[in-house]
Amino acid sequence: MLGFGILSGLLVLPLVGAAFILTLRGDGEAARSNARWAALATTIATFLLSLVAWSRFDTGSASFQLIESHAWLTETIRFKLGVDGFSMPFILLTTFLMPFCILASWESITHRVKEYFVAFLVLETTMIGVFEALDLVLFYLFFEAGLIPMFLIIGIWGGKRRIYASFKFFLYTLLGSVLMLLAIMAMYWAAGTTDIPTLLTFKFASNLQTWLWLAFFASFAVKMPMWPVHTWLPDAHVEAPTAGSVILAGILLKMGGYGFIRVSLPMFPEASVYFAPMVFALSVVAIVYTSLVALVQEDMKKLIAYSSVAHMGFVTMGLFSMNPQGIQGAMFQMVSHGLVSGALFLCVGVVYDRMHTREIKAYGGLVNRMPLYAVAFMIFTMANVGLPGTSGFVGEFLTLLGAFRANTWVSFFATTGVILSAAYALWLYRRVVYGVLDKPALQDIADLNRREIITLAPLVLLVIYYGVQPGPILDAFAAPTDMLMKSYEAALATVKTAALAAY
Amino acid sequence: MYHAIVFLPLVGFLIAGLFGRVIGSRPSELITTALLLVAAALSWVAFIQVGFGSGATRIQVAQWMSVGDLNVDWAFKIDTLTAMMLVVVNTVSALVHVYSIGYMHEDPHRSRFFAYLSLFTFAMLMLVTADNLVQMFFGWEGVGLASYLLIGFWYQKESANAAAMKAFIVNRVGDFGFLLGIFTLFVLFNGVTFDQIFPRAAEFQNAHFHFLGIEWHALTIACLLLFMGAMGKSAQFLLHTWLPDAMEGPTPVSALIHAATMVTAGVFMVARLSPVFEYAPAALTVVTIIGGITAFFAATVGLVQNDIKRVIAYSTCSQLGYMFVALGVGAYSAGVFHLFTHAFFKALLFLGAGSVIHAMHHEQDMRNMGALRKYIPFTTAMMAIGTLALTGFPFTAGYYSKDAIIEAAFAARTSAGNFAFLATVIAAFMTSFYSWRLFFMTFEGSARWENHAAGHVEGSHEGAEHDESGHDVSHAAHDDHGHGHGELKPHESPLVMLIPLLVLAIGAVIAGFVFQSAFIGHGYDHFWKGALFTGPENKILEEMHHLPGWVPLLPTIMMILGFLLAVYMYIVDAKKPAQLAADHPILYRFLLNKWYFDELYDAIFVRPTLWLGRLLWRGGDQRIIDGLGPDGISARVLDVTRGVMRVQTGYLYHYAFAMLIGVAALVTFYLFRGAH
Repeated sequence: MLGFGILSGLLVLPLVGAAFILTLRGDGEAARSNARWAALATTIATFLLSLVAWSRFDTGSASFQLIESHAWLTETIRFKLGVDGFSMPFILLTTFLMPFCILASWESITHRVKEYFVAFLVLETTMIGVFEALDLVLFYLFFEAGLIPMFLIIGIWGGKRRIYASFKFFLYTLLGSVLMLLAIMAMYWAAGTTDIPTLLTFKFASNLQTWLWLAFFASFAVKMPMWPVHTWLPDAHVEAPTAGSVILAGILLKMGGYGFIRVSLPMFPEASVYFAPMVFALSVVAIVYTSLVALVQEDMKKLIAYSSVAHMGFVTMGLFSMNPQGIQGAMFQMVSHGLVSGALFLCVGVVYDRMHTREIKAYGGLVNRMPLYAVAFMIFTMANVGLPGTSGFVGEFLTLLGAFRANTWVSFFATTGVILSAAYALWLYRRVVYGVLDKPALQDIADLNRREIITLAPLVLLVIYYGVQPGPILDAFAAPTDMLMKSYEAALATVKTAALAAY
Repeated sequence: MYHAIVFLPLVGFLIAGLFGRVIGSRPSELITTALLLVAAALSWVAFIQVGFGSGATRIQVAQWMSVGDLNVDWAFKIDTLTAMMLVVVNTVSALVHVYSIGYMHEDPHRSRFFAYLSLFTFAMLMLVTADNLVQMFFGWEGVGLASYLLIGFWYQKESANAAAMKAFIVNRVGDFGFLLGIFTLFVLFNGVTFDQIFPRAAEFQNAHFHFLGIEWHALTIACLLLFMGAMGKSAQFLLHTWLPDAMEGPTPVSALIHAATMVTAGVFMVARLSPVFEYAPAALTVVTIIGGITAFFAATVGLVQNDIKRVIAYSTCSQLGYMFVALGVGAYSAGVFHLFTHAFFKALLFLGAGSVIHAMHHEQDMRNMGALRKYIPFTTAMMAIGTLALTGFPFTAGYYSKDAIIEAAFAARTSAGNFAFLATVIAAFMTSFYSWRLFFMTFEGSARWENHAAGHVEGSHEGAEHDESGHDVSHAAHDDHGHGHGELKPHESPLVMLIPLLVLAIGAVIAGFVFQSAFIGHGYDHFWKGALFTGPENKILEEMHHLPGWVPLLPTIMMILGFLLAVYMYIVDAKKPAQLAADHPILYRFLLNKWYFDELYDAIFVRPTLWLGRLLWRGGDQRIIDGLGPDGISARVLDVTRGVMRVQTGYLYHYAFAMLIGVAALVTFYLFRGAH
């Protein structure tokens, strides 16, 4: 079949669903319902297809698999897809979270329903594309294209300050990306190709590495987001609809980390070592600073958004600690955070749909009327705190351990995040869920309905399952991490010998 | 068998937790309790097998994570220390389950309560059976979670919610150290499994380690960090503030978690890691000193508290200090022995207090008690036994274990040991005094509750001095359990509550002399089989037998003096305490307010943290980052466009003039360039 394989299928399938929804006529209840079901069916089919891809994937190998390559812009800039242990889990995470987003939007989106689901399906294609692309230009294309549907989702279906938030989000991320495009061009002139597997083996000159690293860093740091370019995130989260927040926290933030592991660390090892202290410093500041800020938030979504920034601080810290625990822990932390923060935003969405406010003060004593909700929220809160037995712990523990091996100061300050995260998360829980239910508006608030149970239950199970048995995910990262470490040491060794020879 | 011991409580938790609403409260109670009784019976079998036979083993359950050279398994390490802890945890837990059937019978959320109790037991068992540090940390946090849930069980009470959060967060401060300790040991030993660490500990006795820019003795810094975790969990001085507040939870919880098991996890951890601590003498000195301070400090506060549970809570805190003193001077077995006996008599005291509270319809203030002996004679007798055992009356459990600790502190013959000896001897005197004070105020004297009608002083046990946050405390939860009974008439508790008391009382009486020889006497080697490690120079157990004659007598003398003073002040001259308090108001307030630790921490940690958070948010994020970043830039862009608009006036001569200036500037520029 024209040489297109399963990975192209993953890209095309959501677009087919989007095209189908576009053909729906009218704006009646029937058309809306069809759009919802079509979106749900598409995302589930995509998820199943990604499971097929997973079954054909060999976790033991560090090389790229399921490769497809087609001529595109020129002979050297090709439409090349492939996956390895770093990208496969993220594709699964993306396709897994999408059906939940569709379900979370089932009733809360009331205007421009068809367009909303089209935007989401297009977004899914671009996100999968980022993780599948094996050509830097293609990577850049998907990386940037994802901004547009997200910009629309926040700007059209968002809250009161949606215009401000969507522009802030768009301009911030775009600004970083411009530098990335320049860097990609520079790499093309230097190496003669934008093929990622080739570039992984290409050695860039040291001074060029520095500039390239900085250019990519500008883009990834904003996406991550790292302190101090994080302020777009709380605004975007607060204004985005629930499903938008889930995708934003669950997947879009992971693109920064994925970029680091795909481009910055393996292609610019010397620059990575050189800049590691700066990344450590920014990560630690992010962890402590944003945890403190989370402590005083009055808006539930903002609090979770700030805690996301703190958790991403663990990721960058782990990645740049340059040891297996740190890197695999950081990758795991990203997957786990995708599940946990996504679930937390879903939890906020549940009460937001009922009360239409995110003010913490407007709640209190929910456990009296919503015991199931209280249980689910408790489990995700604990996972957010990093309680052992939930997936949150594994990532946090491994990244801290990795950082400890690299630099005890970093680990020391980052570990205070353990205390602070308990403080802000439990305080949120106490103010929202515990206490007496004395607010008149809450008197007849309903517990989770069946749709919400279906949305949250799988996440509960996965969060606990991966806390007890993180193996399936961690092992996927093992082989490529191993290769990364080897090429890393080799690169650094040559630098050292070169330095010695120069003297 | 070990799978059954550890996982039966988990099964109980899952049944009661997931299906509690479906099957109802009564089946949940019965199922969890039955499973726990089975687990407890199996634990005794295991204990006898391992302790008095040979059954030490390692059981692999599953792999947890494997990353690079880090391998963490789910596995059980079974040796005498573990087996002893299994007995303590499961016995007390089973009895508390049984007792709770009676104590909680009015509560609408019983299945949730029993689910939490079983969850706690499971986590505690994972802690004590851990074969590596990370699994231990899993249990460690798991018990923290269960404790959080159980302290906040009556979630409608603001004070209970506050106490639950405080417990979790203060424990997290300890965990901060624990985690760093695990990291340090991993970096040193390249593994987190005990079997990887213990045999090689001696190799590192002179190793050094860079931590925070300072060159440390490697094992000392590791042990100090780990001990920080122990301080949090075992409520040692500086990190003790959560324990008294934890009394907001239901009383069976206090007995199980905050007396017998969870709070001893720190002691267990140090004992388990004795092969490492033994090579870190400086760390052991710190353990001794902290233990001594805690024993003394908590006893002083216990002297003046009026809430029956808080007195026992401070007593627990103080006794934990004793255990750490023993560990610190190298007499690990004495500390563990005290852990073992303490579990019995402290659980007995708490459950007895629960029986009193039950009899008094949820009254906890001892000032509103008195003369209860006539109404609840059985409970009185049980409390008397518990008090005797705690104060170390000859041939009861405390007599053997507590006195051994005091002797060990003396036998250490170090300055830290001497300090600890002094502290523990004075604390023994105070222990005796406050224990008998509690006993007399509750059971003897005049019946002060007769003046209070039923439904009186809603939650007066909240006494203003404890309610540090000054909330308008809501007592809806109390209304659910207990009040509105009409005339207050103390009544003896049902049999289901009294039997656990009896079992624990038997333990409190005989646990001492039955196990003394095995734990700290001649059976030491045969019993422990190396589960507790003592270095070749550590001869403390022998030296304990060669002390001056007055040393072993001293604790008993202190016990008698404390008893006499209590008799004098609370039986003979009942006006004396109030008079003393009036004469020394500053000292009294100081003790009553627990040395003002809560206020101090509030002022130096809580408030500044919140202030800093607000500053970073409003000042850092909004003013500086957004102000100079996106918002600032967009504002500048608007300014510029506005300026540009102003220039576009539409008059031809304006444009012509601008062009002229431009041409002039260009010409000038080229002229200058040409000149160079």
